[in-house]
Amino acid sequence: MNRRDFLNSLGAAAVTALAPRPAFAQRSGARYDRLLVLVELKGGNDGLNTVVPYADPAYPGLRPRLAVARDQVLQLDPQAGFHPALEPLMASWKSRELAVVQGVGYKDANLSHFRSIDIWDTASNSNEYLTDGWLARAFAATPAPATFAADAVVVGGAEMGPLRGGARAIALASPEQFLRQARYAAPAGQARNAALHHILRVEENIAQAAARLNGNRSFATEFPTHPFGNAVRTASQLVAGDAGIAAIKVALGGFDTHSGQPGRHAQLLKALAEGLVALKAALVELGRWDSTLVMTYSEFGRRPRENLSNGTDHGTASAHFLLGGRVKGGLYGIPPALSRLDGNGNLPFAVDFRDLYATVLERWWGANSTRALKARFATLDVVRA
Amino acid sequence: MSFTRSSFSWRLGGSITVLALLGVLGGSVSSLAHAAAPLGFDDARHLLNRTSFAAGPADIEAFAGLSREEAVDRLLSLTGRPAVTPPPAWAAEPFESLRRFRGMGPEERKLAQREMFRKAFELRSWWLTEMLVTPAPLTEKMTLFWHNHFVSSQQKVRSPQLMYLQNVLLRRHALGNFGDLLHGIARDPAMVIYLDSASNRKGQPNENFAREVMELFTLGEGHYTERDVKEAARAFTGWGIDPDRGEFVFRPRAHDDGVKTVLGRTGNLDGNAVLGILLAQPQTAELVATKLWREFVSPDPDPGEVRRVAGVLRKSGYEIRPALRALLTSDAFYAPDSRAALIKSPVELVVGTLRQFSFQTGEPLPFVLGVAALGQNLFAPPNVRGWPGGEMWINSTTLLARKAFLDRLFRVEEMRAMAAGGGGVEAPGMDARAAERRQRYMQAMLDVQFDGGKWLSQFDGRPQLLPRVVLASEPVTEPPPGVQGMELIWHLVLDPAYQLK
Repeated sequence: MNRRDFLNSLGAAAVTALAPRPAFAQRSGARYDRLLVLVELKGGNDGLNTVVPYADPAYPGLRPRLAVARDQVLQLDPQAGFHPALEPLMASWKSRELAVVQGVGYKDANLSHFRSIDIWDTASNSNEYLTDGWLARAFAATPAPATFAADAVVVGGAEMGPLRGGARAIALASPEQFLRQARYAAPAGQARNAALHHILRVEENIAQAAARLNGNRSFATEFPTHPFGNAVRTASQLVAGDAGIAAIKVALGGFDTHSGQPGRHAQLLKALAEGLVALKAALVELGRWDSTLVMTYSEFGRRPRENLSNGTDHGTASAHFLLGGRVKGGLYGIPPALSRLDGNGNLPFAVDFRDLYATVLERWWGANSTRALKARFATLDVVRA
Repeated sequence: MSFTRSSFSWRLGGSITVLALLGVLGGSVSSLAHAAAPLGFDDARHLLNRTSFAAGPADIEAFAGLSREEAVDRLLSLTGRPAVTPPPAWAAEPFESLRRFRGMGPEERKLAQREMFRKAFELRSWWLTEMLVTPAPLTEKMTLFWHNHFVSSQQKVRSPQLMYLQNVLLRRHALGNFGDLLHGIARDPAMVIYLDSASNRKGQPNENFAREVMELFTLGEGHYTERDVKEAARAFTGWGIDPDRGEFVFRPRAHDDGVKTVLGRTGNLDGNAVLGILLAQPQTAELVATKLWREFVSPDPDPGEVRRVAGVLRKSGYEIRPALRALLTSDAFYAPDSRAALIKSPVELVVGTLRQFSFQTGEPLPFVLGVAALGQNLFAPPNVRGWPGGEMWINSTTLLARKAFLDRLFRVEEMRAMAAGGGGVEAPGMDARAAERRQRYMQAMLDVQFDGGKWLSQFDGRPQLLPRVVLASEPVTEPPPGVQGMELIWHLVLDPAYQLK
């Protein structure tokens, strides 16, 4: 017996050939015809200057230089208001398709960027180390239809974040660039062992995604010209291709505002708001807005008391957004308890971040959440039927 | 007191059993049948590729014909040396205080941080260069193995000098004694920072080190209780570093002198006593043996074989060489199931390719950025668990990036022409303020040279050996008939089988 015969005899798993099939031809247990768009705010967004507790006298006390002036705040209710740079989002707020969840965090918050985003990505407890991302586990528990181009696409960097460990997730900077590189994937041949099987499966996923993606759609929507605008354009192109994708992740970086915060933070929030507005317009154009849920997340919020460099240091709980045609707009969670700061001067959390994940899994996709999240978490009533 | 006693006892036990092991257990039971059978070409290739970054036909032929034991002994005799690459100059300069950032204004701080990033980058370049040039690649592989076992990250430690010193410690003990390494790492300044030992004080314990030393460094999950963690944390109170000198210090006033109970042992235990207790647990040797198995043999440790190797480790008083010898002479190591069963790490792929094909390189910048873009940023593992490795190395992004890297490398001549014509190059992992770095990257890529003719001449008259040298198994896709020379190389390195070792 030569080596090849031997290897072939090892219970080899054949990699099947690809046949293009229409998207949505198969149904899985979940409503993956509904799209999730995750927006990561990298660096730790300052929740207090995003959703401002403008009526709390402790707020200007903690932030003599950084507090957003009361007359600048875009009022959401008698306590909370948006940073003025979020003005583009006010239309969505008024049409009640923007939910603002305050006090999102977790127990025993870790203040390291790397560790805390690890916790968010893997939906772990603070003292627990998990390997796979929460969305990767969700798709493993409830697979997306095999006809989909991919479970999910990460737009921008190569960090798979909540999708790490999931084979049917791809990352790309632009569809064009991905299609250029995808020629390296030539799924063929026999897997002789688990390692090779894994590699061939990834090659197959690349080829399947490449076969279904195209980046040629043009929009009436004008996208902002900053990098986040480009990411949103790419996300919209992915949706336009009708290739079948359950989740898309985009990111906006630079929120680690230890110094010189006011100008920088305003710029970031403006980019965020413009990008989200463009995303909405593009998805409305495609008829996908009612089947899209946008959700922001970030490794942590920032410390309530400003530092001496006109900035803020790493904090804990923060505010996050859910946006979409089916979102029940309004305020959720608990306003920041500025009088109950912990030993580091940080906020207590009110809503476990995994409640948001459970909300996505159960209320948005109608999927089971306990297997993906390894425990039962509460859900928020933010999705209209 | 307890330190001297406990560490002395395991060391004494160690030296006796090392002798016994070398004399009596040299040919272990499971490999006796094959002890005398010489290695064939593919066997020698398998051994060398798993224990070095790559091997050429001449290296392989030098090992073919040896017995398993002779081959491993020859390999091990080459190990255990300090690095041959001189460290960056700042490694020997006076220590830069950990408090240096305090009191700086924003601009000054930015400059100081940039300086730190520059040094951290030089550190990564230094290690990658060492891996490229070392005459003892197994030493570097084991140093990297321990870097991924006793994890610390520059991103938290924020001292390139301390990260360098930790790397020197890991290399010094890389094939030495695991007990010495554990004791050394527990008081290693970078580790003291990374796992917050410095903030572990009597009355306000920080359990980080106590937990990880049990969960990740010795016993593994499920072999200790939360109470053991709490009690051990008390034993380690008072361990810290002098932030201005960067040296380990013991602060008696911060140390909890009370009675503690760890894993059933009660007494006024200090940190060294706890490390002794952990080393006395059979589970510690099993954890190390399991990890060595996954590194060198296959993704699926055989429980019986792991116990055997763990037994060797323990009987030798935690000497690493005998355990490695037991592993690398075993039938399991040479079994067909173990061939091409492991996925190359980014470092193995990048360094292995450069070494395999005798690339000439200039500044290692593209490769330092390259391994980081592929998911293995040296001196910065993702968290205290280290890089998960195996299948986690490969996703759609990293697989395409691996192939794009290889493609670029073997088309470096085309790129040279493109650069002459002013064309751009995609650089992995670049950030926005790296215009200068882009220039350096370009230059470094232009300094890369591959003498294909010379390399191919090794196979004159025996072209059938070429794929057997380059790949750990048959290619998944046979190159089209008639393909040879550079085109054949290109086919083989882009074959999925090239990702395996």
